[in-house]
Amino acid sequence: MATKVKKMLFILSKATIENVYAAFIMANGARMEGIDAEIFFTFFGLEAIQKKKLEHLHVATVGNPAMHIPTLLGALPGMEAFATKMMKKEMEKLDMPPVGEFLEILSDSGVNLWACKLAVEMFHLEEKDLIDELDGILTIGDFYNRANEDGTHLLFI
Amino acid sequence: MQKIIANTTVEVTEQGYLEDFNQWTKEIGTEIAKEKEIEMTDEHWKVITYLQEKHKNEEALSVRGIKKSGVVNIKEFYSLFPGGPLKISTMIAGIPKPKSCI
Repeated sequence: MATKVKKMLFILSKATIENVYAAFIMANGARMEGIDAEIFFTFFGLEAIQKKKLEHLHVATVGNPAMHIPTLLGALPGMEAFATKMMKKEMEKLDMPPVGEFLEILSDSGVNLWACKLAVEMFHLEEKDLIDELDGILTIGDFYNRANEDGTHLLFI
Repeated sequence: MQKIIANTTVEVTEQGYLEDFNQWTKEIGTEIAKEKEIEMTDEHWKVITYLQEKHKNEEALSVRGIKKSGVVNIKEFYSLFPGGPLKISTMIAGIPKPKSCI
C-alpha cells in the first residue's frame, strides 16, 4: 500500500497518560506502516521524557467528562492514583508497554525524540534530567525545518 | 483470489497475504520477499520461523513481542524488513497481517 503520508511530526504538550500514549501509539504505528515519525516534547509533555517522572504519569480525573466521575469526586485524594492504576492494568492486558519501555521501542524503531528548548529552560531542566534516547533539544524553528518535506503532517497533542 | 507464486497457485487476500498457511513453502516466502525487494538471509529466516511459531501457538504479534523474542532486536528488525517490518515479514511468513495497533 502506497500512502501519501511520508512523515508524521507529533507535538506532545501534555503529560496525562491518555495523551502521552496517543502520541506514542500513533508514532509507533506510523513506523510500522513505513512512515517516518518524530515527537517534539514541549511544556508538560516534557514530563514524559524526564527520567524521574516518566513512570509516574497520571490520567486526569478532574475536568475530564469521559471519566464519568463528578468533578468533586475526581478531586478526592487517591482518586487519580486509583484511576491511573485501573487504566495501567487495562493497558497491560493489551500488551501496551510502560512509558520507559515504550520510549526505548520508539527510539529503536527510528522515531526521533526532541525536547523543546524554550520549555526545557522554563522548567530549569538539564540534559541529564532527560532520557538517554533523546535525540536533542530543538527550537521550534529547528523543528519546523524538519517538516520541510512533501507528505509531512504535524499533529498537536 | 488466486495468485501464482514460485510456480504454485495459492489463495491470497487482496493485500497479498496467504489465505492458508498450509500452502506456504520456503520458495513462496523467498518469492514474496523478492517482490518487496528483500534478499532472504539466515537472519531473515530466523525471524520468519519465530513468527510462524507464534502463529501456530495463536499468540498475538506486536513490536513489543519482537523486542522480547531474543531472536532479533527492534533495530535489526527494521533493517531486515524496511518499510513496515511486521506487515512485510508476516506476508513472507505466509501468516495473516497482525491486527494489533502496537
